Amino acid sequence: MQTPPVMRVVERELLVSRRLWRGWTSSHFVMPLLYLTAMGVGLGDIIDDRGRTVDGLAYMEFVAPGLLAATALMLAAGESLWPVMVGTKWLRTFHAMVATPLGPGDAYDGILAWTALRAFAGSALFLTVATLFGGVPSAWGLLAVPAAALGAAAFAAPLIAYSATQDSDATFPLIMRLGVMPLFLFSGTFFPVSQLPDTLQPVAVASPLWHSVELCRGATRGDLGAAAALAHLVVLVSIVAAGRAWGRRSFTRKLVP
Amino acid sequence: MDSPLVEGRNLTKRFDSFTAVDGIDFRVERGETFGFLGPNGAGKTSTMRMIGCVSPISGGDLTVLGLDPMTDGAAIRSRLGVVPQEDSLDTELTVWDNMLIYGRYFDLPRAEIRRRATELLDFVQLTERRDDRVDPLSGGMKRRLTIARSLINQPELLLLDEPTTGLDPQARHLLWERLYRLKQDGVTLLLTTHYMDEAEQLCDRLVIMDDGRIVAEGSPRELIAAHATREVVEFRFASEKSRSDALSHLQNTGERVEAHADRILVYTADGDKVASFLAGAGDTAQAASILVRRSTLEDVFLILTGRTLDD
Ligand SMILES: Nc1ncnc2c1ncn2[C@@H]1O[C@H](COP(=O)(O)OP(=O)(O)O)[C@@H](O)[C@H]1O
Ligand SMILES: [Mg+2]
Repeated sequence: MQTPPVMRVVERELLVSRRLWRGWTSSHFVMPLLYLTAMGVGLGDIIDDRGRTVDGLAYMEFVAPGLLAATALMLAAGESLWPVMVGTKWLRTFHAMVATPLGPGDAYDGILAWTALRAFAGSALFLTVATLFGGVPSAWGLLAVPAAALGAAAFAAPLIAYSATQDSDATFPLIMRLGVMPLFLFSGTFFPVSQLPDTLQPVAVASPLWHSVELCRGATRGDLGAAAALAHLVVLVSIVAAGRAWGRRSFTRKLVP
Repeated sequence: MDSPLVEGRNLTKRFDSFTAVDGIDFRVERGETFGFLGPNGAGKTSTMRMIGCVSPISGGDLTVLGLDPMTDGAAIRSRLGVVPQEDSLDTELTVWDNMLIYGRYFDLPRAEIRRRATELLDFVQLTERRDDRVDPLSGGMKRRLTIARSLINQPELLLLDEPTTGLDPQARHLLWERLYRLKQDGVTLLLTTHYMDEAEQLCDRLVIMDDGRIVAEGSPRELIAAHATREVVEFRFASEKSRSDALSHLQNTGERVEAHADRILVYTADGDKVASFLAGAGDTAQAASILVRRSTLEDVFLILTGRTLDD
């Protein structure tokens, strides 16, 4: 029985991450804790004290699913930029893979699958913490974990593809500052998109993060309709599919020219 | 007769409009050590990458292990060992983990990988370092680890792209000795190098490449016999004046003379006779040093292309 090629790549990532688990604990556990405390408790108390709700939710209930999806996105961004440059240029570890029966498409799929898995694990942990903070009123909230992982994959799929077209990391800080951070802040994470100026609302709605935030929030409050859920899923899955088609091509160009 | 392990016919590699490999023909037989010798930019790596099925061919024909790299790339790669020109080790991980990960790429069972890795690390003399991170290892050790890793799937054919470039002499000799052992064990080796001594030491047969083409082919001895003379006399000079005066004298020897910026080479069957030739010339035509030596592959390359290998 053959191990699927993509799993062999994931195995490598697992082995590598065994060495990095300390950094992981901080990104998956400490950061959510800080965010939930600062935003959910700190900011939330001010809002709640004034008897206000956001979209009919206590602020903690509003922001917890937003943070869940947004930290999954940050994690995806972290895996999709510099680590790809490590594989294609700095350590050439992807080149080692394609010298074996694995192909460039397997390398791409493996990194994408790995990113989704990490996002899944991180989101499960986040959800647990958020539940303790009282940010998850509904048991449907469990579905927010795969939703956040899917959102991470939709973000990572095109970003990994892009990174493999680059010969240096020159553009990466710019992508973080002008791409990832605005998405992180303005995709309905911390406040409803309806608060944005009218011209910016369509932009926010086009971001994969908005779709995953909506899915996560719908899950944790337990009132997401099937039609809306399906629409968000279709968008996210389409982005993954398109990103993957691009990524398999850019990995091929880069690794087996 | 056995079919060749690798065969290229009019093999070509183009990058956009630039032709890196310009229609080369070669055969590598089972059990031999075959070399591509040539200077930087000759097209050696491009050729190796096509053979390793990590670069599609642009023209001609290529078969590796009797298969077509275009359609059977993964199947071929599963039976190859590859030591690329640039290291691709997981330097953050330990020596052992590198072996383990690479074995898993071939989908070998863990127990089998452990068994082979223990043997292979012993073979490349890295057993003591197995739990150390790769990053701080010396260049020679990293190369040896890359070789050990490339053998994890017990390949029928081992591709080595400049295996000792950048290593100090001691590390090179250790590596050569290991490669020689592999060769004795019957592994077919295919290597590229721009060191003529490496080619002479290791290769049963080789082709000399220049500018994407093959300019000569044969065993080291055949190549020297066919293209160079038995001996070479190297004259070096203290001044440009003495060099040019001597040059006109030496050109009357009737032997083949190659003038270079720093020295004059005379190719001859009788080195001692040529070495004494300047004795009859004037004071201004005297050499600072005279060396009589046997011809090497470097001389073959020089005669064929007018350039040295490390130009
Ligand atoms: N991916 C590539 N894109 C464009 N040109 C390349 C590429 N790879 C190699 N070349 C060019 O092809 C020529 C041969 O390179 P290479 O095969 O690496 O030679 P060698 O290994 O003998 O030094 C060089 O001029 C090099 O610049
Ligand atoms: Mg090369």
